[in-house]
Amino acid sequence: MAKDAKPRVRVPANAKKGEVVEIKTLISHVMESGRRKGRDGKLIPRSIINNFECSFNGKKVFESVWHPAISANPYMAFHVRVDESGEFKFKWNDDDGSVYEASSKIAVS
Amino acid sequence: MTKRMRIPEISRREALLLAAGATIVTAGGAILGPNAAKADQALVDAAVKKLIGDKKPADGKITIELPEIAENGNTVPLTVSVDSPMAADNYVKAVHLFADGNPAADVASFMFTSMSGMAKASTRIRLAKTQNIIAVAEMSDGKTFKASKECKVTIGGCGG
Repeated sequence: MAKDAKPRVRVPANAKKGEVVEIKTLISHVMESGRRKGRDGKLIPRSIINNFECSFNGKKVFESVWHPAISANPYMAFHVRVDESGEFKFKWNDDDGSVYEASSKIAVS
Repeated sequence: MTKRMRIPEISRREALLLAAGATIVTAGGAILGPNAAKADQALVDAAVKKLIGDKKPADGKITIELPEIAENGNTVPLTVSVDSPMAADNYVKAVHLFADGNPAADVASFMFTSMSGMAKASTRIRLAKTQNIIAVAEMSDGKTFKASKECKVTIGGCGG
C-alpha cells in the first residue's frame, strides 16, 4: 500500500509578486486508523501519513500533523504568499518511515 | 427488659418530603447523563493542554466551515480560517483541531508561517458520530483563541 501512495498537487503556473496562491494536494493512502477490525476479527494495525510539509525554495512554508481522524486519501489545501519564482516541494511522512515527495514550479512576475 | 421495636412512622409530611427528594435525585441523574458524555470533553481538554499548555484561549477570530449535516462520517470536508494579517511580526503560528466524540480527541494541527499569506486550510476528516469540532489557534504573540462547531453525522466514520 505504501508503494501505491500517489501524490497529486495543484499549484498555479503563474502568479503576481506578493500574490497569495492556493495550493491543493491529494495523496492516495488508506489512512488505516488502527480501530477497524479485519475479516478475522483482529484489529488492523494503524498505518497513516502522520505529517505533511511544504517548502518553497528550501524554506518551510506550511506543515501539518495528522491523526487517524484524517480521512483516507488525505486532502490538504492551504495558502502561500509568493514573492519570487521558485519551486514548491511537498513531503508526506508515513508511519512506516516511507516518505512520499512531489514538487511543482511557479513563475512569479 | 423488653425493648419495643420501633417502626419508624412516616407522616404525610415526611412522605411528601421523601417523594420530593426522590424527584431531585432522578432529575440529578438526568443532568448527570450529558455530563457523563462530557468525559470526552475532558479528553479534548487534555489534548488541548498537551499542545498549548495552561493557556486559556479566548473566544473568536476562528471560523470553522463544516457541513451542518454530514451524511458520511468517513469524509467530512472541513475548512478552518483565522482572522490575522499574517505579517512577519503578527501571524497565526498554528491551528489545532479536536473532536469531542471521536475515539481520540486529536484530529490535526496546521502550522502556518508568516509566508502563508492567509491562515486558511482545508482537509477532510473522520467523525464517529454527531459531535463538536474544536479549533484552537496559537498566534505569534502567544495569544490563543478557540472556536467550536457542531456537525451532525448520519453514518459514522472511524470503522467499527
